[in-house]
Amino acid sequence: MSHDHDHHHHDNELDPMAARVRALETILTQKGLIDPAAIDVIVETYETKVGPRNGAKVVAKAWSDPDFAGWLQRDATEAIASLGFTGRQGEHMQAVFNTADTHNLVVCTLCSCYPWTVLGLPPVWYKAPPYRSRAVIDPRGVLAEFGLALPEETKIRVWDSTAELRYLVVPMRPKDTEALDEEALATLVTRDSMIGTGLALEPGAR
Amino acid sequence: MSPPEIVEPLPMPGGDAPVFAEPWQAQAFAMVVALHERGLFSWGEWAETLSAELKKPDAAQDGSDYYVHWLRALEVLITKKGVAGQPDVDAVAAAWQRAAHATPHGKPILLENDPVHGRE
Repeated sequence: MSHDHDHHHHDNELDPMAARVRALETILTQKGLIDPAAIDVIVETYETKVGPRNGAKVVAKAWSDPDFAGWLQRDATEAIASLGFTGRQGEHMQAVFNTADTHNLVVCTLCSCYPWTVLGLPPVWYKAPPYRSRAVIDPRGVLAEFGLALPEETKIRVWDSTAELRYLVVPMRPKDTEALDEEALATLVTRDSMIGTGLALEPGAR
Repeated sequence: MSPPEIVEPLPMPGGDAPVFAEPWQAQAFAMVVALHERGLFSWGEWAETLSAELKKPDAAQDGSDYYVHWLRALEVLITKKGVAGQPDVDAVAAAWQRAAHATPHGKPILLENDPVHGRE
């Protein structure tokens, strides 16, 4: 009794989701279907190596090099691969170019298909039900919530990603950027501008 | 007059969160990628299964339970492929939880620490 208050619970706790994941990992490893070391490599890749900086380099090159832009328009998969960005969920890419008349917006109404090789993994809002349902029905309203008000006459084209085909939006090059090199241009290209929920930044905005 | 429209707000428009909120989400993500690469299922099959889970009415509007559905889709698919059934996963998950309880704080949790381990 007297030592009750000295009794510390030093037990570990696993929450139910963590326990289920460990269980699956145990079962799949025992069956030889996965290798825990390979799992760690995949996690590290998506936590640290793949992200929207890749896509920003693609866009900056397209802005600076008309031949590359043409290639990107004709065969985005090959053009992107030429910069070293290849791999999972980037096997079939299409680049859609914003113009003064048309703004492009990408969604996956099915689940969360997204061009991992150039943008990394999707943000939470991209995977959430409101964006997935509303981007198609009311793209202008969705863009307004992102703080993006487009002129009335600008057409908005919505692209619905699939497991087979992913889209990269090439935003319009901001004005007063003629003097900038590719590296400087890439810093103006935000993740959202490549999904279509934003525009490229003006120089000096960051 | 048109009926009032119910519009779900977007969760954190433009917001930036870490790729994975918790380590188990990263593991669940990576297992699907690895199993697909091994050819257990096509990415189309995966997208369809995930979509079915995400379209269930209890899915959170803010997308915070995305990886709960992701994991559920993985369990559905491995059951369908005859790799392991729900009871198998339940049993091993329970063993992991017993092992966690039996492991002193600060020590790595190993499945061998399950007091029932090897006696079943």
